[in-house]
Amino acid sequence: MLPELSREEILRYSRHLLVPEVGLDGQRKLKASSVLVIGTGGLGSPVALYLAAAGVGRIGLVDYDVVDSSNLQRQVAHGTSTVGQRKVESARARLLDLNPAIQVDAFDESFTSANAMQIAAPFDVIVDGTDNFPTRYLINDLCVLTGKPNVYGAVFRFDGQASVFDARIGPCYRCLFPEPPPPGLVPSCADAGVLGVLPGTIGTIQATEAIKLLLGIGSSLAGRLLLYNALDMSFEFVTLKKNPNCKVCGPRPEVTALIDYDEFCGVPGIVHEEGSAGAEWDITAGELSRRLGGGDPLLLLDVREPHELEISHLEGARNIPLGELAARLSDLDSAQEIVLFCKMGSRSRRALELLVSAGFRKVKHLKGGINAWAKEVDTNLPVY
Amino acid sequence: MPVIRIPNPLRSYVNGQAEVVVQGATVGEAMEDLMRQFPAFRPHLYKQDGSLRAFVNLFLDGRNVRDLEGLETALGPDDTFNLVPSIAGG
Repeated sequence: MLPELSREEILRYSRHLLVPEVGLDGQRKLKASSVLVIGTGGLGSPVALYLAAAGVGRIGLVDYDVVDSSNLQRQVAHGTSTVGQRKVESARARLLDLNPAIQVDAFDESFTSANAMQIAAPFDVIVDGTDNFPTRYLINDLCVLTGKPNVYGAVFRFDGQASVFDARIGPCYRCLFPEPPPPGLVPSCADAGVLGVLPGTIGTIQATEAIKLLLGIGSSLAGRLLLYNALDMSFEFVTLKKNPNCKVCGPRPEVTALIDYDEFCGVPGIVHEEGSAGAEWDITAGELSRRLGGGDPLLLLDVREPHELEISHLEGARNIPLGELAARLSDLDSAQEIVLFCKMGSRSRRALELLVSAGFRKVKHLKGGINAWAKEVDTNLPVY
Repeated sequence: MPVIRIPNPLRSYVNGQAEVVVQGATVGEAMEDLMRQFPAFRPHLYKQDGSLRAFVNLFLDGRNVRDLEGLETALGPDDTFNLVPSIAGG
């Protein structure tokens, strides 16, 4: 039995009730349905806002993070007044303000192999709004193993992808991407940036697909991948087929339970502290400042992209972007001590690996990047 | 000559170009020509055994070449195919 709508709900959803494909029955279906949104960032924000506005009766939100002002350029579920708050609580308050008649379950934790099954169990549809490969493979395998649709979206700078992976009727994420890229090859949005409105476009497509699945209307993106480019304003669709050798949804699956996804994606067993390359290689901003002040002949090597130098730069630093470093090693003197840095420490960590594997030994890594320098040494520099 | 469309995340390996003109009568030959033009790109796209890494898909006319003849898929002189990597941002 579907739940009835109150007088207030009939007024609130009147524009849905007027659409024959939704109507009173459809709106009651939405009220009875549930969606788990994993990640409340650039994708999760518009997804959750539109699902709440549409009257999806129960929305789960999973995120371990805290709202930062650098999120607000795209993460529209949060606001200036909620900077510093837990993201799931910030988003929950916003959704309930938009629609107090729904239930919002907040999971203030990482989504892991240990808790995924339990968190996802009560939900009809899972929306992937995460920002990393291990969680994307975890969500895929969870959905295949439990027979739930996975509404997928991903973004990078101006490029977006969206699909519905439902292994009961078509391919899964692993059919398309059996393995993740080597760590570091595809940079994160924190390093490479993203057009703020891009996850809005892809997230609203994900919300559309979730609502269609709940209502049982239209043709979903199952079996198709949308490739969107905001610069060209191009929407292309490619056809996806089930991979007969798929390790999770194929006829002879090797993955029959959730696995260690950090290991699968090549994330080191010992997780580096963010912005650190390990104590052996790190130099803190304060220590670097003291050594430079003492006249040490260090080469400061900035591996950021040239346009980032306009935001902040260190006096005397040389710029070789990470992507060009491998081809320009002969420009460097391995006898001179080199201090590598980037924005926050992740690109410089890859630069360090590259230099060390090429035989450089006198190399240090500025822990936390130029942002740490801006916070600890030169507070006139902006943090970005 | 055939054209390979390069998505944003991989453009730093091809001097920032969105499209690269290549030579070849098959998808595999076209990819080899791309690697010849940008040798530093090879270890990112190919494993040491010479096979294409599994995070990259090649789509010709909207179809995955894995579902056609793979790298042996024939390519006409006016064909364009898309290189589609996995991306994770959200």
